[in-house]
Amino acid sequence: MGRLLCALLLFWSMAAQAVIETYQFDSPELRDRYNVFVKELRCPKCQNQNLEDSNAGVAADLRREVHRLLHEGYSDDEIYDYMVARYGEFVLYRPKASGITLYLWLAPAVLLVLAVGTVAVIVRRSSRQSDDLVTDSQAKERLQRVLDSAQEESEKP
Amino acid sequence: MGRLKLFLPLLVFAVLAGFFIKGLGLDPRALPSALLEKPLPEFTLPNLDAPGQTLDNEAVLGAPTLVNVWATWCPSCAVEHNFLNYLREREGVTIIGVNYKDNVDKARVWLSEKGNPYRYNVVDLDGRFGIDLGITGAPETYLVDAEGVVQMRYQGPLDRHVWEQKFKPRYLELLMGGE
Repeated sequence: MGRLLCALLLFWSMAAQAVIETYQFDSPELRDRYNVFVKELRCPKCQNQNLEDSNAGVAADLRREVHRLLHEGYSDDEIYDYMVARYGEFVLYRPKASGITLYLWLAPAVLLVLAVGTVAVIVRRSSRQSDDLVTDSQAKERLQRVLDSAQEESEKP
Repeated sequence: MGRLKLFLPLLVFAVLAGFFIKGLGLDPRALPSALLEKPLPEFTLPNLDAPGQTLDNEAVLGAPTLVNVWATWCPSCAVEHNFLNYLREREGVTIIGVNYKDNVDKARVWLSEKGNPYRYNVVDLDGRFGIDLGITGAPETYLVDAEGVVQMRYQGPLDRHVWEQKFKPRYLELLMGGE
């Protein structure tokens, strides 16, 4: 009896959870813009997903809003402004380069300059040191004599 | 000077550790509201308690008010509900409810069973007003002043601690200022 139950359970599948949204678009151009928006806008609930990837209720609502606004003739900038007015700069995966977000945009360049500068200083310092490995002047002279005599030796036929 | 340089790694570590310790106590999901210092978005929505009638921004004017977004499908809202009852009964706080993406009949049953801490309830069936508020889920609570300007926002269930620490000082300030 138990075995039969187990066997039957194998054929019993859980109801599929995924909901497939179907939106109708008036034109292919609107669909293309929609697809860009759902990738560029960040879900406020599950923070490392964009609207397209997220199953959160609010993400579904925002997708619906994007669809609605597109069909009401909003421009791209107006839709971005609409989202920012409600959820802040946070919803943009590509925040505008102004105000506080300027730090975000400039930080990589500043860090790169700092890194290159640091490497340059280290390289220059270590090469200068290797030029002057022997600093004692007497020792230097002695070394030069040894090198000269060695050269003379080698030049003899 | 050369000796001091040896402490540089320790200094860097201390700064990093400082940031990390601060980061431990921060909730990355607690976003600043884009609505702060701005008027509550315009709304005209059905009144949950009086079918056929609507409510608009007039409902939140005149006194500092809590606007609480709730739904019967939201477990944290059930946790929060008793505290809202307490706020209404013991502290006399005016609370306006936004019944968010909910079943209206279930919502009415919920209020008659658990008590109704709300002066009014508006019905946001499709979540459009929720988007205007910039909410990410339920429950969420806004403190709105007598002129209808948003002063504070909290995501998650309101409890005694949050009320005492975050809301109450500002609420009392608004109450005093308004009189």
